[in-house]
Amino acid sequence: MAGFPFSAIVAQDEMKLALLIAAVDPAIGGVMVFGDRGTGKSTAARALAGLLPPIQAIEGCRYGCSKEDRARYPEVCGTGPLRKRPVPFVDLPLGATEDRVIGSLDLERALRSGEKAFEPGLLAKAHRGFLYIDEINLLEDHLVDLLLDVAASGENLVEREGLSVRHPARFVLIGSGNPEEGELRPQLLDRFGLSVEVRTPDGIEQRVEIMRRCAAKDADSEAFAAEWQAEDGKVLRRIARGQKKLSGLAVPDAVMTDMAELCRAVGADGLRGELTLMRAARALAAIGGAEAVGREHLVAVAPMALRHRLRRDVLDETGSTVRIERAIGELFG
Amino acid sequence: MIAGRSAEDSGAGTSGNPLADALLALQLFAVAPRQLGGLCLRTAGPARDVLIERLTALLPPDTPIRRLPAHIDDERLLGGIDMAASLASGCSVRQRGLLEEVAGGVLLVPMAERLRPDLAGRLAQAMEGGNETGFGLVLFDDGMTGDEGPPPALAERVAFRIDLSQLRSLDGEDHILQAPLPIGTVEPGDGDALTALAATATVLGVDSVRALLFALAAARAHAALDRRNSLTDADLQLAARLVLAPRATRLPPSDEEPNENAPNEAPPPDRDSNSDGDSTADSTPPEDSVLEAAVAAIPPDLLARLAAGAIQRKGHGSGGGQKAKSKLRGRPLGARPGMPSGGARLALVDTLRAAVPWQPLRRRELSADDTRRLVIRKSDLRIRRFEERAQAVTLFCVDASGSAALARLAEAKGAVELMLAQAYVTRSEVALIAFRRAGAELLLPPTRSLTRARRALAQLPGGGGTPLAAGIIAARRLAASIAGRGTTPFVVFLTDGSANIAADGMPGRPRAREDAASAARGLAADGHAAVVVDIAPRPRPEAEALARDLRARYLPLPMADAAGLQRAVEAARPASDRP
Repeated sequence: MAGFPFSAIVAQDEMKLALLIAAVDPAIGGVMVFGDRGTGKSTAARALAGLLPPIQAIEGCRYGCSKEDRARYPEVCGTGPLRKRPVPFVDLPLGATEDRVIGSLDLERALRSGEKAFEPGLLAKAHRGFLYIDEINLLEDHLVDLLLDVAASGENLVEREGLSVRHPARFVLIGSGNPEEGELRPQLLDRFGLSVEVRTPDGIEQRVEIMRRCAAKDADSEAFAAEWQAEDGKVLRRIARGQKKLSGLAVPDAVMTDMAELCRAVGADGLRGELTLMRAARALAAIGGAEAVGREHLVAVAPMALRHRLRRDVLDETGSTVRIERAIGELFG
Repeated sequence: MIAGRSAEDSGAGTSGNPLADALLALQLFAVAPRQLGGLCLRTAGPARDVLIERLTALLPPDTPIRRLPAHIDDERLLGGIDMAASLASGCSVRQRGLLEEVAGGVLLVPMAERLRPDLAGRLAQAMEGGNETGFGLVLFDDGMTGDEGPPPALAERVAFRIDLSQLRSLDGEDHILQAPLPIGTVEPGDGDALTALAATATVLGVDSVRALLFALAAARAHAALDRRNSLTDADLQLAARLVLAPRATRLPPSDEEPNENAPNEAPPPDRDSNSDGDSTADSTPPEDSVLEAAVAAIPPDLLARLAAGAIQRKGHGSGGGQKAKSKLRGRPLGARPGMPSGGARLALVDTLRAAVPWQPLRRRELSADDTRRLVIRKSDLRIRRFEERAQAVTLFCVDASGSAALARLAEAKGAVELMLAQAYVTRSEVALIAFRRAGAELLLPPTRSLTRARRALAQLPGGGGTPLAAGIIAARRLAASIAGRGTTPFVVFLTDGSANIAADGMPGRPRAREDAASAARGLAADGHAAVVVDIAPRPRPEAEALARDLRARYLPLPMADAAGLQRAVEAARPASDRP
């Protein structure tokens, strides 16, 4: 059965934009999605993975390595020819153990033939794709730490059970959670590049449209996919354009100053905020085909790049988004 | 109010009788298993067997139906290497997982309210698998109280939620007249139908899009049962009643008492004579009749449960409480004999160490000459153990009476918020009980959520007498339930200790003091750690006496602000609870 087409997702513009930015510049460091159950978070992430063109991977490589990976990790990739495979999308279950995530000793082979072999885990499976974690706020802390570390370094280093294995693991981390069910540690939030807040569309028309599209997909998912193929194609072209333009795009000094001022005004801790803001604005400009990064790009991505980094005052109930918008209004009019 | 709609007035299976509802829901599910996901049935009695039997009869004969035991391990659930058989035979023996076996069928989950979160996560993920690996889920919820229930990740993924716990008899007539149409032949619903469902969901505060899709699927399945290709109002009303109403998080803004208008204005749809189904609702637009049908079926205790915060279940994280032995995670302890299953990891070196001394003997036994190979038996296997910390819950019991608290209540609130803000350091949850006037009230069930705590604290009023005994009793009850969940309570009393309301709510100082002292000794007997923070402007002997009865630490803090209070409580926390 075909997945749900990305462009057929009703509303949720901020989440879709954040996912596109992460697809254009994976170095941005993942997307955290806050929202209730049943608001289409995992559907959107899955749809984006399904939309992207297949990747070229070494045949028989258990890590789905590219040609470039082979040069860096000659010991883990085979020498097979390149084959197309779909962009991986890995859904990390809540109760996953460390073994399953990072990989472990292949027990069967160890016991039967005494061979010390590595059995890749979910991190290997997610290489060059997406790792989706629902209810990340309920995940064991040590696992979250581990995931963020690997996501940041792009490499999974296993040193346990007598194994010493190093393999590439670059993926876009997408976390989701409902703050009503438990807070996330601020240190952890800060490591996510972008964060978006997802709400169910309030408008009756939008909700009716969702039902209509789901029913259409249910009736004939191939026909539904075909109907949205053109729209999905447009999104794909925007991503491709973004990826191509990204490296050549300069950020003018004036915009850099704006970013620094904004971060100081809202009290976003640490350098990571500024860096993410810069990357996100640049990716947005690249997607839009702009010649240079401008203030409008900065303003458009500021809430998603900064809202989870504001120092929280327990006695101040003002939402982070409001504080950022207020600061933008004061600084840039 | 459900009982108000008796079975006679419709003659069809769509009355307010929960068993009839459950039987109808089973039929709908059998028509569209993939679209409806499954059912959640709150029942412990013989109704369960009746329903399982019914479901088996409704599904095609070769449909796999499996029961999920609560103790199932990953190997059995997901499939994998059968360790014992592999070792015995010398080649790898694979076992099929339960999820593989149940693909395309139905999984029955008894005691769903006790399901471990990791298991729930696996199931939810497998259900998303689509056509090939998807399966229907029937959750049997044996919970007794409002805040028990199946894991939200699973409850969200099944269409129907039916409470059969009040069931008196098993007389539920069944109407299977003719074979239903395939669900695909029923039209997907026109704009009016979809608008009616969407509007009803919005009014009831049902935010999940999944619920909307379930409602539409239920309406279509109902039409298919009736062998119609088009949707009628009766279908929509039924969908609203069975799918949307149980998920309601608020009541529609109306002055009318919903209990009263329900039986008269929204007669239950009659599916035996479907042409009549429309005429009953002719006078009202479909939106209104659909909403009315839903409102009539909203659980009677919705408001009470909303107030208690039971609708939003809190999450479980790792905590900083007493230590518990775990096979999965935590600080490593020594290895012990056992099978590497249920998430336990093999301690390879220890296994080999255990096997080595026996090698010559075993080789002789097997008359094997091959000295390069190790002969390992099941009894050699060692698994790792880790030390895990159970969750800690700090339970604030705050004196909100007029005598002491008015000035100090703000500080107490501030301290609770500060502790929550620090929850990522202390890894603890926070709960709040306030006592004033005639009794004690649970304002905040154990939570890690700052958002929820803030809402609860904003509503905390002050004033009235000091029912200290009631406060202690409430704290003891909550502490027992916290301990029962495997978490560690730490009780913090913020009071001046001057009780003047007895346990039965009557005023009178001597009795009040006596009741408080005996309640305190009861709490102490349970062995929970506690601290008494004296918040009187001048420290009093009463509070000190209370601390003695509680066998708790006594902290006179006449001048402390919110931050000082929080620091003091952190310092008083038993060392074993500290991270």
